[in-house]
Amino acid sequence: MQTPALPPQGATVRARRWRRLRRAVALPLAALALSGCTVPSFGASAGATSSSKSVYHLWQWFSILAVIIGAFVCLLILYAVLRYRRKGDNIPKQSQYHIPLELAYTIVPILIVFGLFAATLVVENKETANPPTNVTINVNAFQWGWKFTYPGTNAFVYGQTTQDPVMVMPEGENVHFNLTSSDVIHGFYVHDFNFSRYALPGVTNEFTFYADKTGEHFGQCTQLCGLYHGLMFFRVKVVSQSQYAAWIATFNNPADAAAAKAAAKTTYQQTSAIVPAKGSTTKFGR
Amino acid sequence: MTDLLDPPVQLPPVPPAHEAIEEHGHDAHHGPTGILKWLTTTDHKVIGLSYTVTSVIMLVIGGAFAEIIRAQLSTPNGSLVSFAQYNELFTMHGSVMIYLFAGPFAFGALANIMVPIQIGAPDMAFPRLNALSYWLYLTGSITLLSGFFTAGGAANFGWVAYAPLSNSINTPGAGADLWIGGLLLTGFSAIFTGVNLVATIFYLRAPGMTMFRMPIFTWNMLVTAILILLAFPVLTAGLVMLYCDRHFGTHIFSVQGGGVPVLWQHIFWFWGHPEVYILALPFFGMATEIIAVFSRKPVFGYKGMVFATLSIAALSLGVWAHHMFTTGVVLLPFFSIMSLLIAVPTGIKIFNWIGTMWRGEIWFSTAMLMAIGFLVTFLIGGLTGIYLASPPLDFFTHDTYFVVAHFHSVVMALVLAGMGGLYYWGPKITGYLLNERIGKLQFWFLFIGSQVFTFPLYILGLEGMPRRVAVYPHDPQWKFLNDLSTFGAVLIGVSTILFVVNVAVSWKRYPAGDNPWDAQTLEWFTTSPPPHHNFYRLPQIRSERPTWDFHHPEHRSVGHGAHPDEHHEVPAS
Amino acid sequence: MRVEAKILLGLGLFFGLMCAVYWNWSLENAGGVMMFAGMLLCFLPGGYYYWWSRRMRARPEDDPGATQAQGAGFVGTFPGTSIWPFTLGMGAFFVVLALVFGIWFLVPGLGLVVWALLGGTAEGRRGGKY
Repeated sequence: MQTPALPPQGATVRARRWRRLRRAVALPLAALALSGCTVPSFGASAGATSSSKSVYHLWQWFSILAVIIGAFVCLLILYAVLRYRRKGDNIPKQSQYHIPLELAYTIVPILIVFGLFAATLVVENKETANPPTNVTINVNAFQWGWKFTYPGTNAFVYGQTTQDPVMVMPEGENVHFNLTSSDVIHGFYVHDFNFSRYALPGVTNEFTFYADKTGEHFGQCTQLCGLYHGLMFFRVKVVSQSQYAAWIATFNNPADAAAAKAAAKTTYQQTSAIVPAKGSTTKFGR
Repeated sequence: MTDLLDPPVQLPPVPPAHEAIEEHGHDAHHGPTGILKWLTTTDHKVIGLSYTVTSVIMLVIGGAFAEIIRAQLSTPNGSLVSFAQYNELFTMHGSVMIYLFAGPFAFGALANIMVPIQIGAPDMAFPRLNALSYWLYLTGSITLLSGFFTAGGAANFGWVAYAPLSNSINTPGAGADLWIGGLLLTGFSAIFTGVNLVATIFYLRAPGMTMFRMPIFTWNMLVTAILILLAFPVLTAGLVMLYCDRHFGTHIFSVQGGGVPVLWQHIFWFWGHPEVYILALPFFGMATEIIAVFSRKPVFGYKGMVFATLSIAALSLGVWAHHMFTTGVVLLPFFSIMSLLIAVPTGIKIFNWIGTMWRGEIWFSTAMLMAIGFLVTFLIGGLTGIYLASPPLDFFTHDTYFVVAHFHSVVMALVLAGMGGLYYWGPKITGYLLNERIGKLQFWFLFIGSQVFTFPLYILGLEGMPRRVAVYPHDPQWKFLNDLSTFGAVLIGVSTILFVVNVAVSWKRYPAGDNPWDAQTLEWFTTSPPPHHNFYRLPQIRSERPTWDFHHPEHRSVGHGAHPDEHHEVPAS
Repeated sequence: MRVEAKILLGLGLFFGLMCAVYWNWSLENAGGVMMFAGMLLCFLPGGYYYWWSRRMRARPEDDPGATQAQGAGFVGTFPGTSIWPFTLGMGAFFVVLALVFGIWFLVPGLGLVVWALLGGTAEGRRGGKY
């Protein structure tokens, strides 16, 4: 049987390529349409505070821009690599510059950068503001645990590594935090607040959160601080304002408060409750 | 116009050798032989080869540490290694990769070999200083790694050694001091290489090789060298301060004595950020050369490339505190806008690389595949860096795996470009080509492995996994992504093995000839490998592509800074 | 040499501007000092090259129409083989080990360093071996 005469190679290849390109573009557009036009999260979440929501929206807009720019440049590279494959031994036109194009891709990115900076400033100013508050929590990080004290009350929370101390805070109002460290630099990080800040020795870092719903959130130390850095867990429990007041009141027995304070030292105490002994089932290493 | 076709001029003869020395180990007319020859060499090609071999060995050592780290992270509360050992592992992984592999490979290996040949020089300006740089690098590497053999183990405070964790109270022991000592030695090695590169490029160019006719790789090495001279002394000073705090009772970084721990971060990152551009710019240069040659076109936007490189260097000295956004004590808006602005010259470079390929005749050799892989990977890594330049977005990604993913994306891009450089220039240096089939297999393992390795880490970071932790007992669901990332790391490891296999298989097997790639710049005019003092003969230099102009006079560049009396036409092809 | 001078002076000027903005805005001394020092480091060789470029004859490598014959003749001294870099490197190694393991390492350390500096200088004056 005679092999059928093929159409000119170039036309077939180009037509196929256009179809592939149309399909490649159609699919994500369809997905976008079907998603009901909600902006995708790109991996982050709105979080539990008012500022975490602003940060989340900033993340989404940065991500949309990154995806558009990234996809555009990737398509350019893909097109160049496919379209300008070597087909023979001829030497192509040796063009070396195109001033208008080069100016364009200098100026447009500068404009985009200033846009990103403006958006950043808005969220940043909101996030770093410290309005007056009724509730203040002093956070003291140490090797390897957390101490939360509530000035003006007798409340006191303390825990090392896997004891997971729980910081209770009220929802629906601004809460002011004073963060410091007793020894090395630690990182105060709460994933659901979209926030982290260093606990520096000799410095008090101040920030404010407005939690807009109740819930419990994990926190962890994120700045390398020595041997048990990976176990420096804590939790944040956001409760209603009445529950918060009730919790504060439970510390009003002065004898209990004093005893708790005396027992808590901001230096590491090696006890088996914190780091399980060798041979135990919870394997945290030697 | 005819001068390009004039016979190349014979170079001045090499000065006569000294009288024969009747000594053991010396060859009467050719100098020392064997190990003594290696110990006393000042030939930039031999020194550069020593750097290449040593730095690739360091890459393997650093990679081995990485594989152990990945294995430990394969279970939520694994105990493959203890907490203490884990801290040493990630500290030394970072330290070896940055101080002992990436830096020396970038500016000591290929730059040492290629820069003098690219500009028509017989050697580096200070050959003995060049040799000293290598010995300081080797001894510095030994010092850094010997921490593992001390009682307290190697340094364990992260490759950044933040104070007060790195003081003598929190990290007693010789491992930390050996870390400081190793960095002092490699730091001086880098500074001397920087001096050598600037002097060579400013003073030893061949006639006609004006500054704007130098290859882009040489331009990038010049800017890298200036950055080295600006940044490394700051690191050296900081290390001396840290040592004094540890041993001489000073209180520069300790609160108890009235010092400021954050000062260490300012000093370290003032070096640290230019350092990442010192690492990146040489690889950008390699990619530029490869893309131009294998698209059979000149570099697109040559002057734009030079301007972009200088802008990156200038801006890089003003962005250091974007590593410190979460300290709460730095001027956020200044560092934010400066860091965002660095995206602009980087973008210019990316568009120029695409422009070089555009309407070219692209030849997919291993080197070109590596360069394209670099382009795509760097695009991804660079875009994620934009997020980190915005303080609100940095606050919740800092010290999580998102940052780890960002810089590993960028670093893997540099490794891709570096491998491209080895495939591209290997034949010039050794005289033998590497096997292309194994090379392409290596490329696919490296490229796919890099993406599979980094993508899960971005997601893990956004889900809240912090860096520098040995266990994640609260979140066992992270195991899947960790394992996926480990699979990518294994693919990268396989690609490294394939590279070693390729070197073994291709050993002295495929002779290369002077110009196997029909390449453009001056080093391709000489033999492979080049002779002592690099050139038997030199062509006339009338553009940034002297070899191309010589072999393809009908496809010449317009030529930058052409002599006003000469008329060059852009060929109408 | 004019291009070389302009590169360094341009960088220095940019660092000066950046320093002025940063130091006045942040009042942070470490960064301000470091940027200021960077500016000075650029102005030093940059200024020298600029001063020299106005007084020197055109070099063949700055002449776009130069022929290779113009570069013929003595290029420079390139010492071929030398034991002194290795010796100096070993000396520096021992000096650093003195920082870690004890001051007595300074005996071989400084000894090798001084020996290498003397030997290398003498070799340089002699013209070096090929």
